[in-house]
Amino acid sequence: MNIIILLLVTIFSYFSFLYGRSRIRTITSTQSIKINALPNYYGYYLALWCAIPALVILLLWSIFEPAIIKLLISQTLAQNDLNYSSDQLNLIYQKIRSLYEGNFSGTLTEEIILGVKNYESFHVIAQSSKIVLLLSTLIATISYGIMRISKNNKARHDVEKILTGLLFACSLVAILTTMGIIFSLLFESIKFFSAINIFDFLFGMSWSPQRAFVSDASAITTLEYENLKGAFGSVPLFAGTAFIALIAMIVAVPIGLFSGIYMAEYASSKVRKYSKPIIEILAGIPTVVYGFFAALTVGPFFREVGEKFGLEVSSESALAAGLVMGVMIIPYVSSLSDDVINAVPQSLRDGSYAIGATKSETIKRVVIPAALPGIVGSVLLAVSRAIGETMIVVMAAGLAANLTINPLESTTTITTQIVMLLIGDQEFDSPKTQSAFALGLTLFFATLILNYIALRFVKKYREKYE
Amino acid sequence: MNKEQRLKKRHNAEKRFRLYGLASVLLAIFFVFFLLNAIFSKGSGAFLKTTIDVEVNFNADTLELSETPNAEDLEDADYYDLAIDNIINVKNVNGLKEEKSLINLFSPDYEYEIRRFLINNPNILNQTVLLKLTASDDIDQLHKGNYPRELPEERRRINNFQLNLYDELVNEGKVDKIFNSYLFTKGDSRNPELAGIGGALVGSFFTIVITLLLSFPIAIAASIYLEEFAPKNKITDFIEININNLAAVPSIVFGLLGLGILLGTFHLPRSTPLVAGITLALMTLPRIIIPCRASLKAVPPSIREGALAIGASKVQSVMHHVVPLAIPGTLSGTIIGLAQALGETAPLILIGMVAFVVDIPSIPTDPSASLPVQVYLWSEQAERGFVEKTSATIMVLLSFLITLNFIAVYLRQKFERKW
Repeated sequence: MNIIILLLVTIFSYFSFLYGRSRIRTITSTQSIKINALPNYYGYYLALWCAIPALVILLLWSIFEPAIIKLLISQTLAQNDLNYSSDQLNLIYQKIRSLYEGNFSGTLTEEIILGVKNYESFHVIAQSSKIVLLLSTLIATISYGIMRISKNNKARHDVEKILTGLLFACSLVAILTTMGIIFSLLFESIKFFSAINIFDFLFGMSWSPQRAFVSDASAITTLEYENLKGAFGSVPLFAGTAFIALIAMIVAVPIGLFSGIYMAEYASSKVRKYSKPIIEILAGIPTVVYGFFAALTVGPFFREVGEKFGLEVSSESALAAGLVMGVMIIPYVSSLSDDVINAVPQSLRDGSYAIGATKSETIKRVVIPAALPGIVGSVLLAVSRAIGETMIVVMAAGLAANLTINPLESTTTITTQIVMLLIGDQEFDSPKTQSAFALGLTLFFATLILNYIALRFVKKYREKYE
Repeated sequence: MNKEQRLKKRHNAEKRFRLYGLASVLLAIFFVFFLLNAIFSKGSGAFLKTTIDVEVNFNADTLELSETPNAEDLEDADYYDLAIDNIINVKNVNGLKEEKSLINLFSPDYEYEIRRFLINNPNILNQTVLLKLTASDDIDQLHKGNYPRELPEERRRINNFQLNLYDELVNEGKVDKIFNSYLFTKGDSRNPELAGIGGALVGSFFTIVITLLLSFPIAIAASIYLEEFAPKNKITDFIEININNLAAVPSIVFGLLGLGILLGTFHLPRSTPLVAGITLALMTLPRIIIPCRASLKAVPPSIREGALAIGASKVQSVMHHVVPLAIPGTLSGTIIGLAQALGETAPLILIGMVAFVVDIPSIPTDPSASLPVQVYLWSEQAERGFVEKTSATIMVLLSFLITLNFIAVYLRQKFERKW
């Protein structure tokens, strides 16, 4: 239905364009006045008047129609002296919809059949009123446009104003996305924190949401709460995340930094030309591939080696996950520090050479101290990538929340737990699912702060040498 | 320590330092090749499958068909008896147990393979044809040399009798390896030898097309506004901060956004490329806007000034002159952003694309898998055959990514102007 309407609007807009253009041509030829813009702009003007209001109405209608119909249906159900809680209403509404769409399975009850009849009639009313509204708006806006054209308006100016407005609207999508993220995370997190005290969540020492069963999420008894408190303490997750990120940085920072230095200071342009893209392949490989590699090659390898030395190594060890994550992060560190080192002014190096320092002494004593803020910034960006990385840890780091600093044991991370809590079908109203959103919120803010600090470092450094 | 010794020490330190740098570069390059080699050596086997030759006599009586059946009859006929009769004729077996062992050498799809063959070639009714039927996963892995046949019998899924049968069949030249077309045409399956990435390919295609259609126009429009029209004020600053932050937000957070808003509030269908495409578009948007802005910025001001000087309006100078010159750069940035989106897994898991989907989706609102999620799903499976399937899927995924990146590099080198 909507597709047909969209098609019709497109066709209408095209004809409006043609009409607007020919209209202004007839006006100029009959009245012999000088027009204010090229004829095409009058076409665009009319086409925009046709398309934009129609699209806005269509969009708003598609967003609000289901909500309004749902409201009407629940009202009719309430009229028949059927008192339901909002959850039951939701369920009945879902059943009515699926029956209407023809993929219903289950037992039919009277109110569902009644509901479908109502739904059908509301739907028909909604569709026809949508079309009426669209048509009348189109007629109104197009005739307004034609009126303006006949008065020989400044069409180019108007079109450009609308166009700039559209461009502005597109750039607002970024803000909307951020708002969407914050609202969707906050909304569920607030529900979670109304059940679980935020301090018990942030500072609790044990994490086992699998045993968090609550009969009624809105009324939790004190006894149940004691249980829940023990189930949602996220310190082991924070510790695991930090630990794996640390292992990753122990791998990535030296290798990345030294390759960055070598690329920037030593390598000939030919070596640079070939080795830089090869190293950057590491950044382009999907993380699920690293996860597969860590789980199937690196993990078992460590276990075998450990067995030879009489060590007990979990096949899902923090070491394997951290190591592979470190390999993934190498190019981020190396290319960022390469850029940063290249930005250090040559005069600093020349000064150092002039007093007899060797190249490595210059790098160690002059270039790196000068580039330090930038390097710190790039390392912080890499850390934020490491703690937000999901697939490697999901596939290679294990699920049990152990509070450990032994890299050979398995640990778990924030991202792993989010995936594990939300994989498969889940009901939205249990603390278990809501806790995933609370974890997501923590992760979001942690990475936000890290990125903010990192960008501040990089920016400050840039200002210093510009 | 005299002067020479000191100098020597300093020069040694210089050499060491240089060596560390070289070693790091070589180590990083080694990781690339080690990783690719590990994947490719495991995955190449999946492009071939093992078949066993079976003489199939398409007897009309066994199929309970008339001598001149129409297409509908052929589809409705029961092929099970025919398949079993012909399969147990492959070798001399006695008793139900031995027959069962022989039948288990084949993939459970034998009935449908025979059916498909007859439906495609209806005129071979009552003739005997040599068919290459797909072997079971265990035989497939055995034939490719991945199966530990030296294990004691009780720890093997193949018993000694089956091993003997297999060896005899190999000696008779009846076991073959042919191109595995199932890998590209079939959807997911619990049996590794029948599982394919057809569904995942189509799902990924729909997803990426939706991502492209949503993110590219919005990204271009936003970058044109921010680079060319935006006044320097608080709103513009706020938008820019938002874009830079979004580009660094972990992808899993976008998965939570898709789950909370698209599925939770708007009730879009779960596990579908539609939701995946919208989620990935939101994720990719800031990552495309940044290179788009860079390529708009790279167009020298003289172009704009020239257009303005001969009487173009601001919009005309941007739309007619600046944007066309920046398009190659924006395209290559977009393609690289899409390549990242194509390999993204975590957000898709959260919006339910991990469902077990056998059917190949035909529209973007059908439940579907996607390539990276298929890698994740298969890597969790215990069967040996899925390891090489997973690696093969990764190879297909990587080859798409490499192609996309090459296109991006080509576009940049071919069309981008140096000013």
